[in-house]
Amino acid sequence: MSNVTWVRRRRAIGRFWADFRTHPSGVVGLVILAVAVVLALVAPLFIDSSVTNVVSGTGAKMAPPSLDDPLGTDESGRSVLLMIWWGSRTSLLIGFLAALLSMVIGTVLGIAAGHFRGWIGAVILRVTDWFLVLPSLVTALVLAAILGGSTATIIVAIGVTSWPSTARLIRAQTLAVEARPYIERSWALGAGHWHITTRHVLPNVAPLLLASTTLEVASAIVTESTLAFLGVSANKTSWGTMLRGSYDWGAATAGAWWYILLPGLCIVTVVMAFTLCGRALESVLNPRLRTRAHA
Amino acid sequence: MTAVEELEQTPVRHGLLRYAATKVGGALLSIAMVIVATFFLFRLLPGDPVRALAQGRNMTPEQLDLERARLGLDKSIPEQFLHFVGRTLRFDLGVSYEYKRPVLDLIGERIGATLLLTGTALVIAVSFGLWQGARAGWKPGSRFDKVSTAISLVLWSVPTFWLGLLLLMVFAAGIGPIPGIFPTRGSSSVDKPDGLAGVLDVAQHMVLPCLTLVAVVYAQYLLVMRSSVIDEVGQDYVTTARAKGLRDDDIRRKHAVPNALLPTVTLVFMRIGFVVGGAVTVEAIFSWPGLGQLFYEAIRVPDFTLMQGTFLLITVSVILMNTLADVVYHVLDPRVRSA
Repeated sequence: MSNVTWVRRRRAIGRFWADFRTHPSGVVGLVILAVAVVLALVAPLFIDSSVTNVVSGTGAKMAPPSLDDPLGTDESGRSVLLMIWWGSRTSLLIGFLAALLSMVIGTVLGIAAGHFRGWIGAVILRVTDWFLVLPSLVTALVLAAILGGSTATIIVAIGVTSWPSTARLIRAQTLAVEARPYIERSWALGAGHWHITTRHVLPNVAPLLLASTTLEVASAIVTESTLAFLGVSANKTSWGTMLRGSYDWGAATAGAWWYILLPGLCIVTVVMAFTLCGRALESVLNPRLRTRAHA
Repeated sequence: MTAVEELEQTPVRHGLLRYAATKVGGALLSIAMVIVATFFLFRLLPGDPVRALAQGRNMTPEQLDLERARLGLDKSIPEQFLHFVGRTLRFDLGVSYEYKRPVLDLIGERIGATLLLTGTALVIAVSFGLWQGARAGWKPGSRFDKVSTAISLVLWSVPTFWLGLLLLMVFAAGIGPIPGIFPTRGSSSVDKPDGLAGVLDVAQHMVLPCLTLVAVVYAQYLLVMRSSVIDEVGQDYVTTARAKGLRDDDIRRKHAVPNALLPTVTLVFMRIGFVVGGAVTVEAIFSWPGLGQLFYEAIRVPDFTLMQGTFLLITVSVILMNTLADVVYHVLDPRVRSA
């Protein structure tokens, strides 16, 4: 890559960051996310999966928050704080990977639907619309129940049911990009389908993709917790499985507020952070929403 | 009717018929795809459904074979497929493993409760969401708008089931000084009284599930209505109305809102699948004896025939609702009709 391109890219990133900083809520979201991701990544340095082990609970059972267990304990005497910390790894991992899967499917099919105008495009569009109509949570529940609730199948269940809106978005953007004259020039110079889609269309849809991936992670985390709560997830500790545990034990009627409130607050905080970030990215990157013009 | 009017009328009506026919054809294709997908999805099942059925019961290998033949599992895949399609088209959804009763009967018993709950929640969520969205969108950036957007952002991030758990904890179990005023589960008391008292009993059971469902779906109605009112604010006719000296409230209520309403209401029905997902969760938490809870039980057991039947019914209804919304929108909106 030539030096000129580098300088241009670096300037573009600088401009992007300057734009992003004008959205305080986006910056707040980004900071929360950074903290959450770092905490999840460093967790193995301090604790291990034994904090989720039913027999290794050290505290009293269902004890309210105290100095020993700052966020209380659950029905087996496990510390809610440590479980939330360890569970964040599963929740975030599934959120990221499911969003990634959904993005890959959505991008490939979206670009293909926009690029190939003939029957291929029509068929892909038809399938996309079909998936769009299906009630996604219900479909994901059935998929997870049939395939068994391992981490991988939960990721597949969420990814397979959430890609259609991305595909529609990317298809629309592909159509817009391919209407530009330089694509025609590229065709005239002998470029093939692969070259046009990967060198011209993909870089143009990438910014939009970033914004919608961020929003997608948020909804993937909510879906994961819902699937886990409804009991289709195998017993790997996540925020959703913790809430399932609290429901099974009857924490709501027993007044064990710490067991219900705190895992849920974690979900809401992280999801909101992703949403704020995604909305800020969207308004920076989507030319239609942009108010200030940049040369 | 004059000749000119007739000329103008005819293509419109033809257009509508053709449009409706295309949409209904599309819906039928979608339903066919659902049936095919369901067949293959449920054949992905790890393990043998007959063995699952026989679990915990003493059955000889001969009995198992007999059961397999009864379910048609000894035939080839194409034969099974034809059998499945034929039965589904005759609304025969099979017999539940768990209840030992036809799935269709079970669905028939439960569907009323679901319609009552989601219907009530939808009416409340739509009216409240549209009203608030219209007010927020009319003056974007105002305090009312900021508060509304913040509320919907929070509700958007809150998982349905967690909100349900919180309401359950605060208002059904009671916490601190707040007494538990609502029941924790079911749709009526065991000793349900007759007449008006019975209606009130059901209403009291419905408060919390309904509230949860409303809170979750209303945020998106608010946001959709808001953005569609914002689109109207800049229109020429609004400026004209202002120039005529109409009161601001009147312009909003009589001019802008009706125009913004149409696309919003359509979107509301287009996203009915989202409401269905919410209903499953809410019914599971509050043990509301509806279709969602039936589906949830089928997943928990797991009872694959019941799961398959409820899944088919839910997806097909969602497809039909969408098609209906599409066609009604076309009938109501002259802009789309002429296009």
